[in-house]
Amino acid sequence: MKNCISKPINRVDAPAKISGKAKYIGDIHFENQLFAKTVRSARAKAKIVSIKTPTLPDDYYIIDKNDIPGINRMRTVVSDHPIFAEDEVNYIGQPILLVVGPEREKIYEIVSQIKIKYKDEAAIYNLEEAEVKKAVFTEYSYSKGEPKATFQHAERIIEDEYRTGRQEHIYLEPQGITGDYKDGCMYIYGSLQCPFYIEGAIQDVLGWDSDRIRIIQSTTGGAFGGKEEFPSLMACQVAVASIKTKRPVKMIYDRDEDIICSTKRHPSIVRYKAGLNKNNEVVALDIDIKFDAGAYSELSPVVLQRGMFSATGVYNFPNLKVRGRNFMTNNVPSGAFRGFGAPQTIFSTEMLMHNIAVKLGTNPLDYKIRHLLKRGYPTCTSGKIRDEVKLPEIIEKVEKMSWYRRKIGKHKKFKGVGLSLFLHGCGFTGKGEATIKGKIILKKNGDTVTLKVSSVEMGQGAETCLRKIVAHTLSLPMKKVICETIDTGLIPNSGPTVASRTIMIVGGLLRQASLELKDRWNDANEIEISKTYKHPDFLSWDDDKFEGDAYPTYSWGTNVAEIEIDPVTYEIDVKKITAVYDVGVPIDEKTLEGQIQGGIVQGIGWATIEVMNSPKGKLTQHNLTDYKIPTSMDVPEIECEFIENPYEFGPFGAKCAGELPFVGAPPAVAAAVSNAMSVPIRNIPITPEYLMELDKHED
Amino acid sequence: MKIEFVLNDKKQVIQVDPASRLLDILRDDFELTSVKEGCGEGECGACVVLMDDKAVNSCLIPVGNIEGRHIVTMESFRKTERYKVIEESFLEAGSVQCGFCTPGIVMSTESLLRENPKPGDNEIRDALSGNLCRCTGYNMIIKGVKLAATRGKGLW
Ligand code: FES
Ligand code: FES
Repeated sequence: MKNCISKPINRVDAPAKISGKAKYIGDIHFENQLFAKTVRSARAKAKIVSIKTPTLPDDYYIIDKNDIPGINRMRTVVSDHPIFAEDEVNYIGQPILLVVGPEREKIYEIVSQIKIKYKDEAAIYNLEEAEVKKAVFTEYSYSKGEPKATFQHAERIIEDEYRTGRQEHIYLEPQGITGDYKDGCMYIYGSLQCPFYIEGAIQDVLGWDSDRIRIIQSTTGGAFGGKEEFPSLMACQVAVASIKTKRPVKMIYDRDEDIICSTKRHPSIVRYKAGLNKNNEVVALDIDIKFDAGAYSELSPVVLQRGMFSATGVYNFPNLKVRGRNFMTNNVPSGAFRGFGAPQTIFSTEMLMHNIAVKLGTNPLDYKIRHLLKRGYPTCTSGKIRDEVKLPEIIEKVEKMSWYRRKIGKHKKFKGVGLSLFLHGCGFTGKGEATIKGKIILKKNGDTVTLKVSSVEMGQGAETCLRKIVAHTLSLPMKKVICETIDTGLIPNSGPTVASRTIMIVGGLLRQASLELKDRWNDANEIEISKTYKHPDFLSWDDDKFEGDAYPTYSWGTNVAEIEIDPVTYEIDVKKITAVYDVGVPIDEKTLEGQIQGGIVQGIGWATIEVMNSPKGKLTQHNLTDYKIPTSMDVPEIECEFIENPYEFGPFGAKCAGELPFVGAPPAVAAAVSNAMSVPIRNIPITPEYLMELDKHED
Repeated sequence: MKIEFVLNDKKQVIQVDPASRLLDILRDDFELTSVKEGCGEGECGACVVLMDDKAVNSCLIPVGNIEGRHIVTMESFRKTERYKVIEESFLEAGSVQCGFCTPGIVMSTESLLRENPKPGDNEIRDALSGNLCRCTGYNMIIKGVKLAATRGKGLW
């Protein structure tokens, strides 16, 4: 029987959005506002020799590194990105200064008169060059079992290499932030995911305490990780500008500017050496992961970590060696993007398993099944799979829904079917949750309950689901449970809106608080309950050795993709995706289906048509004409089902869900293409050129 | 240049540079912020408004071209019965996530249903092909439009 929490309700934020009344940052007028435009580096790597600016008319300003009272770096995991360039630039699009003033036309005119002289230096444009030059930001490794000895005794060794491309988020609302310095306080308004990240960044840049800083979220038009760390940079810039001009300063990017300078999904190369035993099972695996981090390191170390800890997918490889490196290139910085490093390594490992199976002449699914993780097995980092792994049920269900086995037997050129199996580690990696110690507040006032969290609504449905968890626990109608405005002056820090942690971690805290409130409901008219996250004692993690439980639990899934390829153009038409997931218990089936449908389509985009090249550090695709994302004409029928598997520590048994659907689609599509063309697919995006080339070699 | 047009059922006379984008006039001068800018180059449909009942990308239209035309944005369309049906259907079908694409999609839906009150799946996909949505993956929008067409029988 289905849990009744899962029964779909209408989203609480939808009416304002459908009617056009919702106010995004570009829709909010600030009294006396000024606009800002960024002047950016035109060079991939250079010293700045001189900057010549015209005489400025009244009310127009230039803001640069000299205006920063505190530290000229954006606070994040590695705080290495300058707010404004100092004497050097490291990528095309790097911010150098702002021109600020009341009229946009005039600002553009001033921008066009600014002359920057550079002295070019030798740049690094891709992973290959970076490896030769040893331009490494971060290097990690971990191992398990006896990989060396196992390789020595292996019956067969297979080596292979996989590549994934750069991806741009294309949240439909471009980045936008306003800074307003008023009465000694800094107010930041904007389109953002992580209010307290921005608060911290502003503290560094202004050298202020947090009590003079307020971060207020406006309706956010999509984010997908793209508004995780990047808005901190813009916020610091407009904050400094607002202090200098003593007026609100608004900076809204147009699409070109947004694409040129905002973070991207890390391009990757993953190399494997697989050792097979006499039953042809992979018993030893050596994985070498390379990510192009771009010009600054920023969040990349943690992206790489998730990539490394997801690299074994749903499989148990008893002997394992994993190395991961983030390389410095003079490309636009890579950053957070739905899946956070995992999509790259899961794609690669899924395709490795698929390609080995095909080479051995076995059915890929049967081959994969022989390697599956089970409850009680060690994870890749020698932690433990504690909860039941319902992959057998998941697989059985997807087979019934899709007739995968029957279809894969009926092979016809240009028509194919492919299957992926995947997981996603729920919540922050390693000690992340234990360090951040998310906090929430629940406040009863009469018959109304207000929940105070820093998890934001950015399109994913957080507001609806969090309110639903509280309303359901207290048996209150949704309208009696409201969310406090996302304003760091009014809410506690429950952590950033990332890592599919909102429902499981923050929702979990809200569930605990609601249960307590339920007990105490009649004690008083006003009751306030706060809860702080406690990391379960049974989880252990060694951050130096990368040993233990990288995640408290996992969500699981499978996708079957059915595709057709145009025999003339070699374009891929994805006809149908059949998907089954275990996300614990769905908090709201409709909201969850939204995440699934959207995540799958984004994944298909990455696997097929989303091409973003950066020859010589300059993006070839920097607008929506060149960078194609799926349209309503491109999307397949998507059928999805859930297998319930309640997680003891999640609210109503819920685990993570937002990133998982993205992870699963690309390897399913690639496997289907491989099936259709009888060629191994090793790279995404699978462009027609790549496919034609493969097909030629086949003949 | 002086331009005369009808905006949300009200006659307007404005003095403008005819090359200005209709999008900017609507957002900046008339404060009609339901009209969004997602790309500024005719690719995303976030800026769709109705011009003489047809969906157009307002970022591509120079105001010089709207002389004598009827422009409708969500600000007035949302008062209609047809809008109510679309809102309800979109809510029920889960057609909305971040919402930045939504007003444009509602406008395209209105324009489609006016022309074809009983569209099939492919006709809907075709009519919305100029409206990008990065969140929903479209299928739940298509479902919303279909639902609206059924529910609003006789309204279009
Ligand atoms: S803003 Fe007009 S089509 Fe994108
Ligand atoms: S709902 Fe976000 S772009 Fe459509």
